[in-house]
Amino acid sequence: MARREIPEINAGSMADIAFLLLIFWLVTTTIDSDEGVKRQLPPPVPPDMEQQEVKDGDVYNVRTNFRDELLVEKEVMSISQLKDGAKDFLVATGTGLLHPERPNVTLGDDNMKYPERQWVRKSELIPLEQSYLAAGQPKAAERIREKLTAIELFGGDYKELPGSALISLQTDRSTSYDLYLQVQNELEAAVNELRDELSLSKFNESYAALEERYSRTKEASLLEKIKSIRLVYPQRISEAEPRDASQGYY
Amino acid sequence: MSKFKKNKKRESGAISTASLPDIVFMLLFFFMVATVLRTEEEMVKVVRPEASEIYKIEKKHLIRYINIGPPQDKRYGTEPVIQLNDQFADVAQIRDWVENERLTLAEAEQTKMWVSMKVDQDTKMGVVTDVKQELRKASALKVLYSAASRERTN
Repeated sequence: MARREIPEINAGSMADIAFLLLIFWLVTTTIDSDEGVKRQLPPPVPPDMEQQEVKDGDVYNVRTNFRDELLVEKEVMSISQLKDGAKDFLVATGTGLLHPERPNVTLGDDNMKYPERQWVRKSELIPLEQSYLAAGQPKAAERIREKLTAIELFGGDYKELPGSALISLQTDRSTSYDLYLQVQNELEAAVNELRDELSLSKFNESYAALEERYSRTKEASLLEKIKSIRLVYPQRISEAEPRDASQGYY
Repeated sequence: MSKFKKNKKRESGAISTASLPDIVFMLLFFFMVATVLRTEEEMVKVVRPEASEIYKIEKKHLIRYINIGPPQDKRYGTEPVIQLNDQFADVAQIRDWVENERLTLAEAEQTKMWVSMKVDQDTKMGVVTDVKQELRKASALKVLYSAASRERTN
C-alpha cells in the first residue's frame, strides 16, 4: 500500500478573502445615526383658546421667506449674524451683574427694542414663598424656592427675563429645511453660549459639562446649578402657527 | 580580512502570516457584532443638514423615524415624500402611525417616545410643517431633527 502524500493547501490567500469580506461589510453597512437638534413641540392649541397678547418689544421676531432670506426684527440679516443678535436680545439690560466681563447692552433708540430684565430680589421672594405656602400652593412656592436657590448659588440678586419675552420663529412654507434647521441651531447656540459663559464665571465649569456630569451622576447639587442657569437664560423659542397660504406675501 | 567576518549569511526566517486570517476574521466579527443595522430600508434620499447643537439619544429603542425626501426610485417622481416604516405615506396617516408605534413600547415608556425626523436638506418646509402639526395633534411632542454634527461658528 503506497501512502499518498496529501499536499498542503496554501492558506496564504485566506487573509485576502477575509479582508474582502471585511471591506464589503464596512461599505454596505450604514450605521443609524441618532443625533440631531432636539425640540419639544408645543401641545395642540384648542380652537377656543384666546390668543395671548404679547408686547411687541418683548418678542424677537425671526422670519424666513421662500428665497431663504432672513428677516430679523424687520431687518434683513444673514444667518451668521443671527446668533449674536439673539444673544443681545437675551442679555439686554442687566447681566453686567452676572458677567463682569460683558457690559450691559444699551437699549436702542426706541426703548422697546429689547425686553427689560426685572430684578429678582431675595427680600421680596421670602415673604412671597411664605404666602404661597400659607395659601396651600406648594407648586408656586416650589418655583420661588428655585429662584432663592439661584440667588444663593450666584451669590446675590439677579435679573430675569420678563415672562413674555420670547424668540418667535415664523417660517414660510417654501423655505428650505436646511435654513430652518440652521436658524433653530443658531438660536439654540445663542442660549447655550450664554449659559456656558454664566456657568464658567460662577461655577468654573461650562454648562454643557454640568449637564453631561449630571446625566452620569444624577447629583442633586448639579441639578440645582443647572436649574439656576436656566432661570437666567431660559430657552424660549416659539414657532408661530403656520400661516394660511391665502395670507402669504408671495 | 577580518577573522571574524562571517561567511555565512544569516537566514532570517520569514514571518509567519498564518495567523493573519484569524486576526482579520476577528475584526470582521467585531464589526458585525458592533454595528447596529438599519432595521428598515431607506426609500427616500436624505442628505442631512449640519448643526452644532447636537443632542444624542441614549435609549435607541424609544426612537421612531420619519423620513422625508425625494424617492430613491425615480419612478415615484422627484417631489419629497414621507416614509413611515417601510412604505410611503400620506400626512393624514401620521396620527395612526404614532398611535401604533406607541403601542409597541412598554406602557411606562409610551410617553417617552422620540420621533426622529430625517429630512433632506433641500425639502421645502411646507411638508415638514404639515408633519409637525400632525405630530402635535397626536401628542408626539418630542422631536429630534436629525443632523450631522459640525463645529459651532463664531
